[in-house]
Amino acid sequence: MNRIERKFGQLKREGRKALITFITAGDPDLDTTFGLVLEMEKKGADVVELGVPFSDPLADGTTIQRASQRALNNKTKLKDILKLVYELRKKTEIPLVLMSYLNPVFKYGLEEFAKTCRMMGVDGVIIPDLVPEEAEEWLRVARLNELSTIFLAAPTSPLERIKKIAGKSTGFLYYVSLTGVTGARDKLNSNIIEALRAIKRVTNKPVACGFGISNPQQARKVSRYSDGVIVGSAIIDLIERSSTRRAILRNVGNFVASLHHKMVGDYNASRKTR
Amino acid sequence: MEKVLPDKSGYFGIFGGKFVPETLMSALKELEQVYNKAKRDKSFQDELKYYLSEYGGRPTPLYFARNLTEKLGGAKIYLKREDLCHTGAHKINNTLGQALLARRMDKRRIIAETGAGQHGVATATASALLGLECEIYMGTEDIKRQALNVFKMELLGAKVIPVSSGTKTLKDAINETIRDWVANVRTTHYLLGSCVGPHPYPMMVRDFQSVIGKEVKRQIREKEGRLPDYLIACVGGGSNSLGLFHPFYDDAVKFIGVEAAGLGIRSGRHAAPLYVGEIGILHGSKSYVLHDSNGQILPAHSVAPGLDYPGVGPEHSFYKKTGRADYFVVTDKEALQAFHLLSETEGIIPALEPAHALAHLRKMTKDTNKNEIVVLCLSGRGDKDVEIVKR
Repeated sequence: MNRIERKFGQLKREGRKALITFITAGDPDLDTTFGLVLEMEKKGADVVELGVPFSDPLADGTTIQRASQRALNNKTKLKDILKLVYELRKKTEIPLVLMSYLNPVFKYGLEEFAKTCRMMGVDGVIIPDLVPEEAEEWLRVARLNELSTIFLAAPTSPLERIKKIAGKSTGFLYYVSLTGVTGARDKLNSNIIEALRAIKRVTNKPVACGFGISNPQQARKVSRYSDGVIVGSAIIDLIERSSTRRAILRNVGNFVASLHHKMVGDYNASRKTR
Repeated sequence: MEKVLPDKSGYFGIFGGKFVPETLMSALKELEQVYNKAKRDKSFQDELKYYLSEYGGRPTPLYFARNLTEKLGGAKIYLKREDLCHTGAHKINNTLGQALLARRMDKRRIIAETGAGQHGVATATASALLGLECEIYMGTEDIKRQALNVFKMELLGAKVIPVSSGTKTLKDAINETIRDWVANVRTTHYLLGSCVGPHPYPMMVRDFQSVIGKEVKRQIREKEGRLPDYLIACVGGGSNSLGLFHPFYDDAVKFIGVEAAGLGIRSGRHAAPLYVGEIGILHGSKSYVLHDSNGQILPAHSVAPGLDYPGVGPEHSFYKKTGRADYFVVTDKEALQAFHLLSETEGIIPALEPAHALAHLRKMTKDTNKNEIVVLCLSGRGDKDVEIVKR
């Protein structure tokens, strides 16, 4: 059992939901990323996703595209991100997930990448342009190295298919809340609750929901019907708008705390009524 | 006989596949089903044939280029005149086919990428014809280079959306079109213009373009009583070349693909993934790509906007790997010389893309003899490029 599975197990026992935060590694630089992971953990993040920048992020909206570009402008490389995880592991046991498009991983070598992930302390990997049908080799090497293989399910995926995707997913299943690319949205997709309920009926695996979730109210609402909430672009917006590293850490820290409090508020309320 | 390439999962050997966000998987499946059905449906094929001939101007001539043959002094040269198609390039073969499919799927909105603007114009044309809403993504760099085609698309009622991310060319226009498709997949058909992208696109676009090679086969038999020795075409994504090559897959005919060497292979500023690239994943399929040691896609360069792309269709990668086709490169400068050569010797102004194939033909004719026959796909006409050439 890796850190992701242990974390979801622990949260389940406590009746809590996972707050999963996403930032692009190397945006604006790797030192800030290092500080942000620790700060987000301190303020209530349960799992952190680190995005590997890519030249052609076709599942991402403009916010993450720009973050990716900033990281690439700094020459952020996959191997440096893996080293960063190694350094983080000296300080924290928070579950860490890498999110990378397939080509950088393919170029690194799937098996070499999986091995290095394990050595450096990565717990799971999300590859947004790799569907289970194409993932045979990846599944093999990831299993061998005890990495969670987190696949995505979308509103356009038929339920039968979601069941199969969940079957190939370990750690958690990533439900894409909307038909579109990443990016903060004012409103949640109206079908989201119905969809999450249906998915929970076809899988026992934890289901985390992301894409478009941008404020504490939305996070709380979605967390009621899922096992976790993923927030990315809204955090990156703050990074983009903050002018110094201190400001980045403070603004992101406060925002993560507000997400956490809103989500845990529910948890505390439910404990009182018990 | 129909070839069994790609296999059921969309693979040409180890190349191809479907490397896309999950959101698109159901649309790709639907497209595959609708397409496979249409392929066997006589009423669809008849309708397509009707539009290709009555509207598109097919069959296009297979022209014996006597002057050029004499000038180069080698094999007999035939030009497949795709430049005479409606809209001035082979792109219309595919856009008519896919627009008819979109109508079958009841998707009333069409989106497409364009580099040179030829595919954009052909998409806007087919959309106007069939009453479909049409939006075209185009890099701002290409908008500057191909202003005439932008104006044409707008005249045809399409909306041209400038793309200013990344390299501001075809690669980024494709990224942006895919993002639009991810968001609007239920109502929108992505009319992809080359033999690239996730399955079933490489297969489907090739099939629609195969009308080129099928006609050549019939025409050359009529004129020469035999098949040619060589087929030659430029390769960007691969739609005109595979359209010409594919029907000859099982025949003893040599395939020659010509990529853009841009400012020279050693300069690093080229568009030759088959010639010097590595296997990677770009825009939904596994194929040869130009990328750096970290797997970041590299910008391509070519004077011909239609070749200015760091990837290539998976079927070409398969042909390269298996040795079925040979690939060569031609620089911007050589292509420009060939542009003038054809204009002056035959009175045909070629597009800069097939000018690459012409430039290679010029180099290779010395190794051929007068009894041999070569067919070159003249994929488009050069009106769009006169501004570039004037500079």
